[in-house]
Amino acid sequence: MPMAMSDDIILATEGLTKDFKGFTAVDDVTLRVRRGSIHALIGPNGAGKTTCFNLLTKFLEPTRGTITYNGRNITATKPTDVARLGMVRSFQISAVFPHMSVMENVRIALQKKRGESFDFWRSERTLDTLDDEVRNLVGAVGLGDFVAAKAVELPYGRKRALEIATTLALDPEMLLLDEPMAGMGHEDVERIAALIRRIAANRTILMVEHNLSVVASLSDTITVLARGRVLAQGDYATVSKDPRVIEAYIGAGHG
Amino acid sequence: MANVSTTVAAGVAPASGGDRTRTLHRAIFIGLALMLAVAPFLVYPVFLMKVLCFALFACAFNLLLGFGGLMSFGHAAYFGMASYVSAHAAKVWGLTPELAILAGTAVAMVLGAVFGALAVRRKGIYFAMVTLALAQMVYFLSVQAPFTGGEDGIQAVPRGRLLGLISFADDRVLYYFVMAVFMGGLLLIYRVIHSPFGQVCKAIRENEPRAISLGYRPLHYKLAMFVLSAGLAGLAGATKAIVFQLASLTDVHWSMSGEPVLMTLIGGIGTVFGPIAGALVVVSMQNYLAHLGAWVTVVQGGIFILAVLIFREGIVGFIAGRLKQQL
Ligand SMILES: Nc1ncnc2c1ncn2[C@@H]1O[C@H](COP(=O)(O)OP(=O)(O)OP(=O)(O)O)[C@@H](O)[C@H]1O
Ligand SMILES: [Mg+2]
Repeated sequence: MPMAMSDDIILATEGLTKDFKGFTAVDDVTLRVRRGSIHALIGPNGAGKTTCFNLLTKFLEPTRGTITYNGRNITATKPTDVARLGMVRSFQISAVFPHMSVMENVRIALQKKRGESFDFWRSERTLDTLDDEVRNLVGAVGLGDFVAAKAVELPYGRKRALEIATTLALDPEMLLLDEPMAGMGHEDVERIAALIRRIAANRTILMVEHNLSVVASLSDTITVLARGRVLAQGDYATVSKDPRVIEAYIGAGHG
Repeated sequence: MANVSTTVAAGVAPASGGDRTRTLHRAIFIGLALMLAVAPFLVYPVFLMKVLCFALFACAFNLLLGFGGLMSFGHAAYFGMASYVSAHAAKVWGLTPELAILAGTAVAMVLGAVFGALAVRRKGIYFAMVTLALAQMVYFLSVQAPFTGGEDGIQAVPRGRLLGLISFADDRVLYYFVMAVFMGGLLLIYRVIHSPFGQVCKAIRENEPRAISLGYRPLHYKLAMFVLSAGLAGLAGATKAIVFQLASLTDVHWSMSGEPVLMTLIGGIGTVFGPIAGALVVVSMQNYLAHLGAWVTVVQGGIFILAVLIFREGIVGFIAGRLKQQL
């Protein structure tokens, strides 16, 4: 390994690259995410943020580069196993189980704690023991009144909240949130921001977010991506003054 | 794909809604058992046994399609192979009927495990094609292999005695055994659907990437569902061989794979009770329209097209929609 990795780096990449048929969506990205921090990944549309998440969680195979999670090389690990190692993601396009109730959505994640669920001979009522925990999680994201609703019937912002509750149910050491607040009303944004701050107390969060005021108030470190490359890295004050960042945002705005 | 849960009324509290549904289902199960218990006094038992065997076959297929999200077009392989094994076990090895049926079912599960492992990596139409191709292999093997009796099949299979004690020579006695097999199979399917396993399968069907991101391995769950479905299809085929004292190439022919598809479509994909209604309709048609000869196929084809075009939810799916209840 090129540099000694200290214990407080939970996730690191070296030269992470993804080519799509000659187009480089993620280009030589070297990332260090500190344990216990809230780390934001920002950048204009098409910068490669979601692709980056797909690489980190192994939903896509990197063309080059390595990924190290908790000191373990996970470059060749399967997505399911990445989740089992404690790094769980959400999706940019809301990922819920549409025809299952809010309750059932969260319960599926909690069920994972029992290990595998190949017990086809048991009644689903054995899962009732999880109900209290489900209610807590659902309440924490402000969905307490919607436990019985089908996920598909929820408005967009509430679907995102449900997705976060589901992700949290796994009690992951590290969360990757892809635009958790996109499409949410002001109140929901406040609630989710508070929730993220609360859950970050004992875990690490890497998030993609376009709402810069949220990014400014929440994140400890920010990485700016543009055209697949890391443009700048640091805290909000440093990054926001960086002329290349300003240019990239303005350039993209007029592009 | 038709999904029963979409038809359920929104906003029902889960506890009371779940309890109500459960009570309704329990009532249907009891009603069905009572009806089946008196049926042989009103209707010819052999016809009823045929309906029950095909109903179980269709329910097994629907378990995979409606609750596993996998459309198999090769279920004749499990039905037919189990039929051969059960017939062979009863006739050549002289096993008692229940052991012969168990042997057939076990072979169907093993076959399902092998074929399933090859097929579940594929999706949609590719999955259907792989299952069809594998079933065709079984068909050609059955034509060639000596133990199947080729064109003649295995005939004059002894019905034997249950546990070596109770003679199955009387149709009505055998009928109650077949009814017990059917009810047992149906209860198992119901349990599978409403188990922790069934919940995960549902989640995978609804959003596979999300299930992966939560740490589930969809292929393992799909394979388990496949083996269960193949085993139940085998149970139906093995029982059929004892009832009709015959296992033949018809049982492994591709058109046999089409039967549960048709029955499930008519009854309602993804409903628990639909395939039973579908089997009743299709088997009745085949029996009572038998004098039409080859026209039966045409009539069946016509009903198939109607079902696909207009009556998409199927009989039970339609009723479930009206009642706003899962059936
Ligand atoms: N599977 C793919 N095949 C080809 N090109 C892709 C693929 N996935 C993403 N891209 C391209 O890679 C680039 C980066 O996309 P990505 O989704 O990572 O951007 P993003 O930073 O998440 O953008 P946004 O803010 O709009 O979500 C885009 O130009 C996109 O078109
Ligand atoms: Mg994106």
